[in-house]
Amino acid sequence: MPAERVITAAEAVRETLAQALRDRPEVFLLGEGVADPTGIFGTTKGLVDEFGPDRVVEMPVAENGLTGIAIGSALMGRRPVMTHQRVDFALLSLEQLFNAAAKSSYVTNGRHRVPLTVRMVIGRGWGQGPQHSQSLEALFAHIPGLKVVMPSTPYEFKGLLHAAIDDDNPVIFIEHRWLHYVSGPVPPERYAIALSGPRLVEQGSKATVVANSYMVLEAIRASAALAGVGCPIDVIDLRVLRPFDPTLILESVRRTGKLVVCDTGWRLFGIGSEIIATVAERAFDALKKPVARIGLPDHPTPSSLALAETYYPGSGDIIDAVGKLCDLPAAAVSAARAEVVAARRGIPIDKPDPAFKGPF
Amino acid sequence: MVTGLKASPGIALDPSLATNLFREMLRIRMIEEEIAKRYRDEKMRCPVHLSIGQEAVPVGISAVLRRSDQVVSTHRCHAHYLAKGGDLRAMLCELMGRAEGCCGGRGGSMHLFDPSVGMLLSLPIVAASIPIGVGAALALKQAKRDDVAVVYLGDASVEEGVFHESANFSAVHRLPVVFVCENNLYSVYTSLEERQPPRPIADLARGHGLHAVAVDGNDVVAVQRAASDAVRRARSGSGPAFIEAATYRWREHCGPNFDNTLGYRSEAEFEDWKRRDPLEFLARHLTEHGALNETQRADLAAEITAEIAAAFTYAEAAPYPAPDTAEHHLYAG
Ligand SMILES: Cc1ncc(C[n+]2csc(CCOP(=O)(O)OP(=O)(O)O)c2C)c(N)n1
Repeated sequence: MPAERVITAAEAVRETLAQALRDRPEVFLLGEGVADPTGIFGTTKGLVDEFGPDRVVEMPVAENGLTGIAIGSALMGRRPVMTHQRVDFALLSLEQLFNAAAKSSYVTNGRHRVPLTVRMVIGRGWGQGPQHSQSLEALFAHIPGLKVVMPSTPYEFKGLLHAAIDDDNPVIFIEHRWLHYVSGPVPPERYAIALSGPRLVEQGSKATVVANSYMVLEAIRASAALAGVGCPIDVIDLRVLRPFDPTLILESVRRTGKLVVCDTGWRLFGIGSEIIATVAERAFDALKKPVARIGLPDHPTPSSLALAETYYPGSGDIIDAVGKLCDLPAAAVSAARAEVVAARRGIPIDKPDPAFKGPF
Repeated sequence: MVTGLKASPGIALDPSLATNLFREMLRIRMIEEEIAKRYRDEKMRCPVHLSIGQEAVPVGISAVLRRSDQVVSTHRCHAHYLAKGGDLRAMLCELMGRAEGCCGGRGGSMHLFDPSVGMLLSLPIVAASIPIGVGAALALKQAKRDDVAVVYLGDASVEEGVFHESANFSAVHRLPVVFVCENNLYSVYTSLEERQPPRPIADLARGHGLHAVAVDGNDVVAVQRAASDAVRRARSGSGPAFIEAATYRWREHCGPNFDNTLGYRSEAEFEDWKRRDPLEFLARHLTEHGALNETQRADLAAEITAEIAAAFTYAEAAPYPAPDTAEHHLYAG
């Protein structure tokens, strides 16, 4: 077998966009910085040289208007891929997305289609503070008519992005900036991963941990440490928030009887809350313990490292939650916790952990 | 008052006022340079958008403002804050995430404010502070105060719809607001020509019925004159005004370095603008007219260096906020 090619998620995105631009003349990119020399964290770098400024369209700082313009072009059969360097900037475009794009097919009795992909970058770190590092996936997931995707590994970035661009619906594609640096095996050829639900990342039997985006990496690290103390767990990467397909999660909970959900965004009214509600509706009998919900505390993101230090939950919190649900002895929990703390090697929490670069 | 000092072509200026303008610009320049120098120490752990090269605009504007006039700003707010009299220690503490920062460490460099000097707020979302400044002007009018609101904006923010909504409303209601657009030709790494058609930005304001002028934003005296006229109009109930000030950012969009090697702008263009350094432009005129000599300049610099060093020492020793206070103030009251 030939050695698998390993690239970063940012490279995977760039390769996907290049393939889509090459394969489908109706695809075009749009965004603030898509044609600049840094190219959205490298994800569009140099594409303007190959495809020209009519297909890699640098836009004015006008998110609301340009989203409507993208929707209009999509109605006419184009396939715009719009990018926001931060989800916080996409807030200006919500009216167009929520009203025009999300309801287009429904209100025309299925006759209009809006094949629009909107990439939104979320993230954290380096004191970006309250308005530059939010995780707002729950907002988009609330809207019927939008599809919402949150990839975790480079392989998923590529396959899910191809599927998003090929989809005839508006797809919100949410990329965690710290995942851009992560590397993993990615086949060079075009492939799509259906926008149809979660994947099982780790199989254990003691508890079910459901995470998305960056929190999947924290869950994988927690899972390794827990396995080391005799508590193997299921880790499920939700990856497609909408359409919401909980089948895999329900199956897992029926096996383990214990559920921990981890949000990248706020804990209250988040994605995890929806998962818990669904499990309570459809697998209540299987639950042996109350569920645990992990996510950001109920206040905006502070800039100061001193305040952010306790803001972001990580693998340690997942270990604590699983330990409690599984009645692990305190010594086992602290051994597992010590392992994940050691793995971080004292890196301040406002910088990405280089050990998380993969390959995964 | 006017002594016949020629500070810029056709403009006469009081030498003591001109020296003050020079001192203010020098102070901002030196503070920003010190931030750039110390940024690598990683004590300031937040993005910084430096104003080096653009100092003449806020200094010229603030020269005609009262303490009670209200200012709103953007991500690039350091110079606006300092020129309005914002507290240097509170700013550096904020950049270093300390409890005594103007936002208690919650906001970082893009949220600078100081209510004690009329620095109402800064917001990092492009154009977001524009309507808020207009709202401040509405409040000033309703309260029958003769203060004005100043809205600082970048050239990119006129691309957002909210600029037009705000300008329109301010004109309809003849609000006491002065929009100050620092046109530095770039939005991050994207040039103005890639984003807007070739027409003066001031024309957009005229289209909304605002009194609009374009000035050399590196000529502090020209800025001060335009500001004086605009603020007088706004204060006297003649309605809003718009000043487009042509200027140039020297360093990278965000961060302490130079970024011309990226290739989004040419070294020649950069050098050209550096020759039009707002600080040296005024210094030359002051020197020519005997209002500034080497010794005076060195004395000014020494005085400012001491102030900056003391402020950094203070901020670096200032305590961090306690982690369990992170949840405080979610709601007012
Ligand atoms: C709504 C929104 N879109 C995009 C951004 C990202 N962004 C931050 S600063 C900036 C450039 C703004 O340019 P300009 O207004 O001319 O100000 P300058 O940085 O040149 O001072 C952009 C696009 C943002 N902060 N908010």
